[in-house]
Amino acid sequence: MIRDFEGVIIKTVCRALVPFIQLYGLYVIAHGHYSPGGGFQGGCILAASFILMALAYDINEVKKRLSEKMNTIFCSLGVIIYAGIGILCLILGANYLDYGILHKILPADPAHARSLGILGVEIGVGFTVMAVMVSIFLNIASGGEHEGEEN
Amino acid sequence: MSVLAVIFILTGVFFFTTATIGLLRFPDFYTRMHAAGKGDTLGAFLTLAGLALYNLHHGFSVDAILMSIKILLIAVFIFIANPTATHAITKAALNCSVKPWENKETSK
Repeated sequence: MIRDFEGVIIKTVCRALVPFIQLYGLYVIAHGHYSPGGGFQGGCILAASFILMALAYDINEVKKRLSEKMNTIFCSLGVIIYAGIGILCLILGANYLDYGILHKILPADPAHARSLGILGVEIGVGFTVMAVMVSIFLNIASGGEHEGEEN
Repeated sequence: MSVLAVIFILTGVFFFTTATIGLLRFPDFYTRMHAAGKGDTLGAFLTLAGLALYNLHHGFSVDAILMSIKILLIAVFIFIANPTATHAITKAALNCSVKPWENKETSK
């Protein structure tokens, strides 16, 4: 278990910085398909904000904001988004993850549909990476003892 | 504008150099953290401010101003986060009872 740090400076600065870190993570995900960045990097930054909160406060604070159950749901939601977009392309008659075909169901021409499809896949990857990173950190930091409620 | 940017960047590099010398030459952990924390914070701030100014030297288009604002946001972020990280590391060392250095010749 990580010890409580009893540091008012660290806690205050972390509380002030965490929203900006998360905003930056969303920015990296949203710009991932035409500039450096993407789902994996954005997801890592989002996870880093939760890990920072766990280091400055303690693990229970993170579990209050992002419970074990929600974390697992996010974890699979990202994979479902990724695979869902891929299989949607298959259903519409193109290859797996061939986003151009999505213009049949989106109000956009094939080039924009491709861009939107990549954005959707990046969002899915971001969800999964964030959830898995937070889950790995919580498992290692607590020695695998974070099932159920504890105070 | 470019001259101002160069002055800022050179001052920043000077602070980086002093921080590095301090990191190499100071005798123990706390004094080294002190040098690294302060020198690097001010050096990074000045260097990034110089880069934000240099970015504007072609003219004040919307893209250039947005880029400069992003660079300044990084600078403000470093200005807040770097001293806090230094404080956290130093406090962790104190909690682990790392002994501060004292001058062997004068303390006799």
